[in-house]
Amino acid sequence: MPVSRFGPAEALAAPLAPPAARGRLAQIRATYFGTPRNAVVSLFCLALIVLAGQATAEWLLLDAVWAGGPEACKAGEGACWPFLAEKLRFAVFGFFPYEQQWRPGVAMLLLLAMCAATMLPALWRRELLLGWVLALLAMYLLMAGGILGLVPVPTSQWGGLPLTLMLAVVGFGAGFPLGVALALGRRSRLPAIRTLCTAYIELIRGVPLISLLFMASVMLPLFLPEGWTIDKVLRAQVAIILFAAAYIAEVVRGGLQGIDKGQYEAATAVGLGYWQNMILVILPQALRIVIPPMVTLFIGFFQDTTLVTIVGLFDFLSSIRAAQRDPSWQGIAVLEGYAFAAVVFFVFCWTMARYSRWLEARFDVGHK
Amino acid sequence: MPSDASARPQGGSAGGRLAALVYGDRSRGLLWQAVAIGLVLLLGWQLFGNASDNLARQNIATGFDYLSRPASFVISDKLVPYEPSDSYGRALLVGVLNTVWVSFLACLFGTVAGVVVGILRLSPNPLLSRLMLAYVEALRNTPLLLQLLFWYALLLLMPPVREALRPLPGVFVSNGGLFVPVLHWSAAHLWVGLALLAGILAAFPLAGRIEERALAAGRPPRSWPAVLPAVLGPPLVAALLLQPDLSLDRPELGTFRVSGGGRLTPEFTALLMGLALSSSAGIAEAVRSGIQAVSKGQWEAAEALGLKRSLTMRLVVLPQALRIIVPPLTSIYLSTTKNSSLAIAIGYPDLVSVSNTTMNQTGQAMEAIAIFMAIYLLLSLLTSAFMNWYNARVALRTR
Repeated sequence: MPVSRFGPAEALAAPLAPPAARGRLAQIRATYFGTPRNAVVSLFCLALIVLAGQATAEWLLLDAVWAGGPEACKAGEGACWPFLAEKLRFAVFGFFPYEQQWRPGVAMLLLLAMCAATMLPALWRRELLLGWVLALLAMYLLMAGGILGLVPVPTSQWGGLPLTLMLAVVGFGAGFPLGVALALGRRSRLPAIRTLCTAYIELIRGVPLISLLFMASVMLPLFLPEGWTIDKVLRAQVAIILFAAAYIAEVVRGGLQGIDKGQYEAATAVGLGYWQNMILVILPQALRIVIPPMVTLFIGFFQDTTLVTIVGLFDFLSSIRAAQRDPSWQGIAVLEGYAFAAVVFFVFCWTMARYSRWLEARFDVGHK
Repeated sequence: MPSDASARPQGGSAGGRLAALVYGDRSRGLLWQAVAIGLVLLLGWQLFGNASDNLARQNIATGFDYLSRPASFVISDKLVPYEPSDSYGRALLVGVLNTVWVSFLACLFGTVAGVVVGILRLSPNPLLSRLMLAYVEALRNTPLLLQLLFWYALLLLMPPVREALRPLPGVFVSNGGLFVPVLHWSAAHLWVGLALLAGILAAFPLAGRIEERALAAGRPPRSWPAVLPAVLGPPLVAALLLQPDLSLDRPELGTFRVSGGGRLTPEFTALLMGLALSSSAGIAEAVRSGIQAVSKGQWEAAEALGLKRSLTMRLVVLPQALRIIVPPLTSIYLSTTKNSSLAIAIGYPDLVSVSNTTMNQTGQAMEAIAIFMAIYLLLSLLTSAFMNWYNARVALRTR
């Protein structure tokens, strides 16, 4: 264990410090250059920030290639903006038929709007659930087509950001009820049910997601009766749902354990049966506690959906890789593509993480 | 949950008994369990039947005989000797060892970096703590797969071997991998290494006892005069006795390739970097929240006793924080091990990657997937068993 030279900030706000001049400048000087060691740390950090900022600015702006084709980028030193300009639409929508791409576009906006609405606690009502069902149905019809004069598009052509978002949201949404059931099962007093649920949860959590995706893509066809086939996207979606359920179950179990025993006893005393007790008394309280950790879990899942690349689905990351492998751009704009993907993922995940923290603070007020 | 079966009317009539049987807690519980087991068995039987029909129809062999047949594919990164003429079983062993090796190193480096970053996150200097925050946020908010692909692409963008970069004397960085000086390894080195390990293991209880006594006697706890010889003594003695060859095997830049030295392939380097960096971000958060969870009163009490800041951290805060840190640390180690399976995306021959090649060649997907899932389960169980043991130790010692 390294010996620390730094303690928590509040411990260092020395109460015995002399009442120095309270001017802005004096305060800054005390914070950054209070002791010789602190001054060295500050200067080192400043140097690091300046160097990193300079390198980024040079690559991104000063040395960047702004116009031209692959040749210009090959000759240039910095970032290749023409690549992003040319491939942006492909990266976002994948192999969806070009003139039909407004459909996944609208579907994606709908999904994002629903997500935004769901983030507002004021809207947490039963109607929201109905809204989600309708929105997902509308999204599916928009993407698949075949009605209202929309050209049918097979799922093998779905791709890009809409697919990534769909895999994550549907995976989590469908995994949620299953996870709650598993969590209740794991705490059941019926030994057979408890054992089955525990075995499922531990088995899934003990193996990597990739193995489930492999199972879904390679083994699932073997398990089906002759003549049955399942769509490739649906197979990956099923694997993600089954995976999500096990992790959700553990988070929900944490919530269930946080409920006071008196709640169970009081509910039983007023004559509620097991299901009434759970649905009316325990779950509403337990699920409320686990919302912030659930958001954190969702961030992880959103990132994990990129693994479908490995079993050959065209999610956002795979579309970007396909764009990089375009013969005319091959090997020219590799880092640009990944950097773009990183920025998109960062914006989504960072927003959700901030939201989770805000929610946690909001809930805290009610309990303390 | 209290049973309410006895509270229900137990009427003497046949109808009442039937009602008790249907609505009674015991019988209902038995019914539920029977239904659940029945459904699982039915599903299993159905799947097994379908699978054996399908396999028979597609003429796919079953069983594990394939493990002894020659694998006939090349593996570039290996810890034990392997030739394409070796069996699939041997290839699998190479894959398992690669998975364990890269996960172990990633956890090790990730822990060192994570502890440092986690402590620096609490620095009173806002520049430093914000810098560390940026590090953590950048790594935690982007997918690991993307990070791995990025590092791999970056390493492949390095100059070719002929124009390899030389960041340190004797170290070459090229798109063909990293070349570093290594020792001419022999049994003598192994013994010196083991002696060092023994010294380190012996130093922990020694330091603990000295500090405990010094604190009890009111003297400043200074354990290094005893600890230093305890750590360095055994390896020095071993080195004097065994005389290991201390000269370095340095890589030399030839016209087309680098000869000598140790080579880390770009695949291994990218995977190790990606896993270690992403686990370090998680560990940093665990360390930070663990330290913050120790109450402020502990800091103030230690300060009132006149303990220096570094001693307060080491003797008062860290032992208490450790109890909070160990459980999340366990789950980070577990997920790092599982995440090493992303190796397949950049072509490092880990367990999953070797199994994938095997099932493409033999068609025996079920067996290959079953084997690697079983191995991952085993690794997970071993890791969590070890961490539970450590957790119990920490919890006891710092009561």
